[in-house]
Amino acid sequence: MADNLLEIKDLSVEYDTEIATVYAVNGLSLNLKNGETLGLVGETGAGKTTTCLSIMKLLPEGIGQVTGGSIILDGHDMVNIHEEEAQKLRGNVVSMIFQDPMSSLNPVMAVGDQIKEVLKIHNKDISEEELNKKVDDMMELVGIPANRKNEYPHEFSGGMKQRIVIAIALVCEPKLILADEPTTALDVTIQAQMLGLINDLQQRLNTAMILVTHDLGVVAQTCENVAVMYAGEVIESGSAEQIFGAQKMHPYTRGLFNAIPKLDEDTPRLETIEGMIPDPTVKVEGCRFAERCKFATDHCKVNPPVVEVEPSHFIKCHLFADENNGGNQ
Amino acid sequence: MGDKILVEAKDLKKYFKTSKGMLHAVDGVNFKIPQGKTLGVVGESGCGKSTLGRLLLHLHDATGGKIIYDGIDITDYKPKDMKELRKKMQMIFQDPSASLDPRLDVQDLIGEPLKNFKACNSKEEYIERVHEIMKTVGLADRYAQSYSHELDGGRRQRIGIGRALAMNPEFIVCDEPVSALDVSIQAQVLNLLMDLQEDKNLTYMFITHDLSVVKHISHAIMVMYLGQCVEYAETKELFQNPLHPYTVGLLDAVPVPSISGKKLSTQVMRGELTSPIEPKPGCRFAPRCPYATEACKGQNIPLYEVSQGHFAACVKYAK
Repeated sequence: MADNLLEIKDLSVEYDTEIATVYAVNGLSLNLKNGETLGLVGETGAGKTTTCLSIMKLLPEGIGQVTGGSIILDGHDMVNIHEEEAQKLRGNVVSMIFQDPMSSLNPVMAVGDQIKEVLKIHNKDISEEELNKKVDDMMELVGIPANRKNEYPHEFSGGMKQRIVIAIALVCEPKLILADEPTTALDVTIQAQMLGLINDLQQRLNTAMILVTHDLGVVAQTCENVAVMYAGEVIESGSAEQIFGAQKMHPYTRGLFNAIPKLDEDTPRLETIEGMIPDPTVKVEGCRFAERCKFATDHCKVNPPVVEVEPSHFIKCHLFADENNGGNQ
Repeated sequence: MGDKILVEAKDLKKYFKTSKGMLHAVDGVNFKIPQGKTLGVVGESGCGKSTLGRLLLHLHDATGGKIIYDGIDITDYKPKDMKELRKKMQMIFQDPSASLDPRLDVQDLIGEPLKNFKACNSKEEYIERVHEIMKTVGLADRYAQSYSHELDGGRRQRIGIGRALAMNPEFIVCDEPVSALDVSIQAQVLNLLMDLQEDKNLTYMFITHDLSVVKHISHAIMVMYLGQCVEYAETKELFQNPLHPYTVGLLDAVPVPSISGKKLSTQVMRGELTSPIEPKPGCRFAPRCPYATEACKGQNIPLYEVSQGHFAACVKYAK
């Protein structure tokens, strides 16, 4: 499809450490259209951040490498792209918002200059006046008075710092933002403001976004489409309505939902998913969730197919494959 | 309710000296926790909830007010007096990685309190007690010789709980015990804490910023804002009928994992926490409050009992 901004096919990423090889991403496929918002959900170690770093070509050099598959971003092959070319794209076509605003800003540089820096790098022949005007506009856009541009990061609160990080990410109007847990370090009231801000700007600039989070609530409130990751692969994907309202659900997705205490209903006891994510240094043949799954059978030793249970709602599980072949239920 | 009150705070205060003036971290807080119950304390970062928990255990000395434990005023206890009491009062910390000694194995981490209090007469008894505790918190025997860095976050937090339980305490301050954990692990730890409460009639103060977690585990809830209690009620009452504008704003800001449910709202609350240094008299929430009027300024707002057992510190409810 020509209208896809981002196409990831069968991506595999490994980290070579001194002790062992870590299989972080195992055959992940994703598509993203212009202006679309995708929530990438999963627990620690699911490979969410590794996926983002691969798209940015920012995997730690010499340790992390793409071992299979392809990433096409806006017509560029991000796996084989030259570093110099990648630099031109970063900040301009694709930007990343990191989890911790405290550590992603330069402490000895005024915030206005940090926003200006990005603009300057990507627009060589822009005049100083124009630069300053753009910085002022951007600061007002994220809700910080422009007269504070000469202040340093430590003079701002956590929420304000994250606003500046967002300003830096958006100032070149990229086509894609990768937001890696952008609100996890913030209080709920600030989180609500920040999610509103990101959504608002994204619509105004028609930017596509991948929102990485472990919080299903955040996804429900902000994303059109959702992909659930487990042990380096997408095990379920679909529109937010399909994932949150579905009768059919991957056993892991169901487990995630049942494990959260609900504000709007009383749950006497939480359901847990026993066990933990499989050791990422061991290659698993069959379903990676099988050892924690209540419904696991011998069938699960074979890698499950991706089944389209309803239009554009995909689940990677034998339960649904059997059903579609005229099995019971 | 006729329950015995185990922990009580009366007008408890803690001020810290800073270069800009006195920081009012906890400013006149009152509460009672009946034995076997959980008091949830919620608020944003900087509202003084952790300081409050530490005050109860004398990890900070109070600037003013009283702490009463089991009918005895312990406010002026010296470290020597506290040591004895620490068998009964324990704490579970937020970050399981930072609160465990990396050079001790699981057995010695859990056994450390037993050694401190010389609770065992022989090596055999010590090992037996440690394994008993490990079983209680759901750690398999094979981990006894592991070090904390070899375990995942959920198991590390189980060690933290095991350490707190070692001396059979009555009261535990849980300071954000599940915030660093994934949801599936969080559910396991919450279930464990609730089971332990039932088995051992434990009393908890549960400090968290997560409203859905606090709703799940608490019997009563105190909402804090800049060092003060702004609302207090039993859990069900608080969630069905939140009174203080801050509580309403907090509830509106929580993203609910459902499509049909309510949408996020930032209508109620704009801006961020103001400074807790030398606060002026008056409602501290007023600068962010959409209902603020002249009446909110100039004088401190007391807690009004709006309905039985439901208190809110807002001029809307002044009689």
